[in-house]
Amino acid sequence: MNAAARGAAGGTGGWSRALSSFFYRRPNSYILLLLIPPLLWFGTVYLGSLFSLLLQSFYAINDFTAEIVREPTLATYKQLVTRPAHIDIVVRTTLMAITVTVACAIIAFPLAYYMARYATARMKTYLYVAVLLPMWTSYLVKVYAWRLILAKQGILTWFLDSLGLTPALDAALNTPVIGGPTLSSSYIGMFIVFVYMWLPYMILPIHAALERVPRSLLQASADLGARPGQTFRNVVLPLAFPGVAAGSVFTFSLTLGDYIIPGVVGAPGYFIGMMVFQQQGTAGNIPLAAAFSVVPIVLIAIYLSIVKRFGAFDAL
Amino acid sequence: MTAAIEFRNVTRSFGSVRAVDDVSVEVAAGEFFSMLGPSGSGKTTCLRLIAGFELPDSGHILLDGIDVSDVPPYDRNVNTVFQDYALFPHMSVAQNVEYGLRVRGVAADERRRRTDEMLALVKLGEFGERRPQQLSGGQRQRVALARALINRPKVLLLDEPLGALDLKLREAMQIELKALQRELGITFVFVTHDQGEALSMSDRVAVFDRGRIVQIDSPRGLYGRPRNPFVAQFVGGANVLTSELASTTLGVARPVAIRPEQMRILAAGTATEPGWVACAGTIADSQYHGATLRVQVRTPAGELLTVAQAEAGATDAATRAGTAVQVTWPRESVVELEADHA
Repeated sequence: MNAAARGAAGGTGGWSRALSSFFYRRPNSYILLLLIPPLLWFGTVYLGSLFSLLLQSFYAINDFTAEIVREPTLATYKQLVTRPAHIDIVVRTTLMAITVTVACAIIAFPLAYYMARYATARMKTYLYVAVLLPMWTSYLVKVYAWRLILAKQGILTWFLDSLGLTPALDAALNTPVIGGPTLSSSYIGMFIVFVYMWLPYMILPIHAALERVPRSLLQASADLGARPGQTFRNVVLPLAFPGVAAGSVFTFSLTLGDYIIPGVVGAPGYFIGMMVFQQQGTAGNIPLAAAFSVVPIVLIAIYLSIVKRFGAFDAL
Repeated sequence: MTAAIEFRNVTRSFGSVRAVDDVSVEVAAGEFFSMLGPSGSGKTTCLRLIAGFELPDSGHILLDGIDVSDVPPYDRNVNTVFQDYALFPHMSVAQNVEYGLRVRGVAADERRRRTDEMLALVKLGEFGERRPQQLSGGQRQRVALARALINRPKVLLLDEPLGALDLKLREAMQIELKALQRELGITFVFVTHDQGEALSMSDRVAVFDRGRIVQIDSPRGLYGRPRNPFVAQFVGGANVLTSELASTTLGVARPVAIRPEQMRILAAGTATEPGWVACAGTIADSQYHGATLRVQVRTPAGELLTVAQAEAGATDAATRAGTAVQVTWPRESVVELEADHA
């Protein structure tokens, strides 16, 4: 009876059924099968290249022969942290990344909040498309388009002028450090382009985090006597914070690593990404390029440990 | 004496659905008041109207005689135990409990004292530092209760708070809730779709159907004197005879209700006792319930009557589907009903 039942069950499907049964009885080998492709990818391509990058940064270049000396040394790092020009690059890039991240968070949060709390299903779909639409366009096209928008004869200058805001624009451009001759050749312009580029990466994680906050928690807070502002501070913000943290890792690291935007828009002055590009390309100083690309990794690690200390991931 | 809660012709619609339809009701201070009904009958919306999560489209809601119809939840002296408990996942148990005091600016040492008091009240003294996720369903329930009670509300609203608990725990919590209510002397408004729960704990029960209150009565009154077929069937699962069947068997021109446990099954052709009414039928189905056996008998008119009899007295023949039998019940057990409201 048992054998007959098994035979009948095994009658259809043949080897594919046998394979299914094999994996059903051995869930571990099934999980292994599931993980082989990502493990291969992450293990070799991703971690491997990261490791070789780290390794390169502990080599140094011989100043006379311009050859890489393959002996472990901290000389390259010493160069990185002692030369004022290099420190400038790190500080400039970090400040830009922080400003861009803060601006993205401030702009993204209300929109994500609206999408998660108030938007109808149809409205939500429209907003999703609107948020993602710019990402369907080539990155380079967008950057060069922004250069035109921000140019002296560009549409933004014209628009501000017709609103009578030219004095405000001039005042902004005359601000030391962040100003410049035109928007497209100032840090203000670069900042605008960065914020534009990375905003979706902030909106989506915040929205996902807010979506997961049950409405009953907000009602419970109000029920216990919290005014809307208190509910926002005590319940919404702490629970959305993992989303903000995730989004800010994106915007922060994308800004730290970008080497095209600072070259196309904004004031002269190197950013980390450009430095990496130039050092490993034209200059041929791969150890220094590697050392520079370790900087964002270190900064992100510091950043994550700070937000963790603030309890950003407690609710996960 | 002013009612703790008063609804005056309150209506609340969602789109074209009237979730609460012209409801007027008073709940006395210190009362254990249950709102009973199937899902979508408007009982939860009523609770949310009291809490302030919903505002009425028309009509007035009074708490302690004061019109709060458009007062937001945070300015009402009522607190809620939510169906899903709604504990803050990023706070410890103690932080959850003290939340109501914290947002009202109560000093830290008093907060700690009252939080300890509350945790002791719900027997969770040891669990203050835990996270809600580390507690069992029954313990979370108690945290929700402590959190809602710490503000010393005049009214405690409970939205199906026992729904997620298993049977044994639910029965234990029913006893505890009732004891707690007696001890604290505050008004409890308890929403449930479980008639047993409503009957066992409440001073009075309001039965909801399609946005209206069909009947408000004590549990005994509700069970013994249901007003219409809906209440008779929903509370205690009575057999309702339509007015046609009632007039042929009883000579009454209105629908009537008879409790399953008041009916007996006799073999076909047996003479009935004096004062008992009989109705012929065939056995359709039966279910074993341990102490009792529930048997469905189909009348010639096609109605299904449920008879609950002691399991011990049941014979095999009396439960076999298709057997011709008669169902009898004492005439005085019949409750005459009003027709269902439209």
